Amino acid sequence: MGRCVLLVEQAGPLTTVQDAGRRGHLRHGVTWSGPIDRAAFAAAHRALGNPHDSPAIELSHGGITLRCLEGEVSFALVGGDFTARIDGADAGGWTTGVLRAGQRLQVRDGAAGNWAVLAFAGALDCPRWLGSAATLALVGLGGGRISAGDRLIIEAGAPVPAQPLPRPPSTTGPIRVVMGPQAAYFEAVAQAALVTQEFTIAPAFDRMGMVLAGPALVPLSVTMLSAPLLRGAIQVNGAGTATILLADHQTTAGYPRIATVIGADLDRAAQLRPGHKLRFAAVSVADAIAATRAADVAESAWLTLVAAGQGSLADRLASANLIDGVVDATGVV
Amino acid sequence: MTVVPVIKPVGDTGVLLEFGDMIDPALFDRILALDAALRASSPPGLLETVPAYVTLLLVYDPLVTDYTAIAAAALALVGTSSGGVLPAVRDHLIPMCSDPDLAPDLAEAAQRLGMAPDTLIAAHLAADFRVYMYGFAPGYAYMDGVPAALHLPRKPVPVRSRPVGTVMIAGGQCLITTLPMPTGWWVLGQTRTPVLQLAAAEPFLFQPGDRVRFRAIDRAEFDAG
Repeated sequence: MGRCVLLVEQAGPLTTVQDAGRRGHLRHGVTWSGPIDRAAFAAAHRALGNPHDSPAIELSHGGITLRCLEGEVSFALVGGDFTARIDGADAGGWTTGVLRAGQRLQVRDGAAGNWAVLAFAGALDCPRWLGSAATLALVGLGGGRISAGDRLIIEAGAPVPAQPLPRPPSTTGPIRVVMGPQAAYFEAVAQAALVTQEFTIAPAFDRMGMVLAGPALVPLSVTMLSAPLLRGAIQVNGAGTATILLADHQTTAGYPRIATVIGADLDRAAQLRPGHKLRFAAVSVADAIAATRAADVAESAWLTLVAAGQGSLADRLASANLIDGVVDATGVV
Repeated sequence: MTVVPVIKPVGDTGVLLEFGDMIDPALFDRILALDAALRASSPPGLLETVPAYVTLLLVYDPLVTDYTAIAAAALALVGTSSGGVLPAVRDHLIPMCSDPDLAPDLAEAAQRLGMAPDTLIAAHLAADFRVYMYGFAPGYAYMDGVPAALHLPRKPVPVRSRPVGTVMIAGGQCLITTLPMPTGWWVLGQTRTPVLQLAAAEPFLFQPGDRVRFRAIDRAEFDAG
């Protein structure tokens, strides 16, 4: 389809280029980065027929406004309740669409979700570091932050019809964690509070983490030698405030991690809006791995639907039942 | 010496091996040896290893392997000969200029420590540092080895932004910055040797375990780059 040029007329402060992530350099202080909502990212690319690790735009509540200066391109907008408008006309969310020269695409947040992925059919031209376009927001390495005045250059791929995309199988229930690895820094009562009390998403969140309001989980000690950590860590500072660490987490830190959110539930937690309540439930590492594998099976089935696009309503319902069956079979809440 | 680590899960993607709770060069050698052995044996599903002061994190793909398999692979190498071979350690000599504008905390640090600024710098230059881990941001290599006479706590609040290449200390640790940012550490000088070279194929100057010393350079040599 040729070259497409988009002018960024407006972008929220948390708008970055992301690909599937930059692995292999945790030992050098380089976290993986990549999309906060990995399922949304995968769906956007599957809907467009792109390679799964292609660069895309990740955005948050500030939204984004793009004007097509040249060419045309198919896009996918996936994640939360974010919606698109083309020249003021509602194009919905969880959808593919086409943006043509002269048209303006506005993406705005809706009632739910903190993060959305805007992907384009074809190849988004952007800088890479260590082989990845994922932006580590703290330092701007990788594809980089997107702000007003930037131009996005896309080698547009084959067009995709504009159509709504099936949403993923819904998952509810508490956010599951594996306790530790520094649970011993907390009294039993604090460990119990984590999995019995209610927490609220605090207003402060970014790609590094989301702060929780709730019972103070004051550690017995914070004189801990820095140790490595992973995405999903629930880190607690000296005042007892917990933060769930996300895609741009530091690779090592000296505050204890009372528990770690499992992969199957982390991105769901990250999409909860400030003010939203959540509860945690402790599971064994074996159950956590089983849940992650079950979620992967369910996600694969859903992504097949996303790729198929035009599946009939009956097809979709049948597949949704299949997905529910898979999830239920593992005892997932 | 065989040190059997305490093994803990990190969510559903990590195995954390804890070897102790005090910085100890001999213990760290064991961690590096196990790190090297694991990387060489590369058990299926092991994605990355991350050594730190007294810990080694093993990151795995839960769709390929599991906690038990990775923990067993690590334990099998602890104390075996293949777990005891140290990787090659490199020595680095970092040129550093401590002119007053490049060492804005030198006077106050010296005063707090009850010594002359020149004495402080001489002690820093005489010290043997070792890279124990990266953290905080790409290229931030935490070096242990600040002499006890120079130990100062971090300032309570980070002050004034400092450029890349700032040499600074806090407690027993020394860092060379790779980002311009405010810091609560004590700035003793500036180097033009980049710890992080973004465009290089091998962007990181140090590997965990490397030994580092500093040498003083005058302003003319610093300005010449």
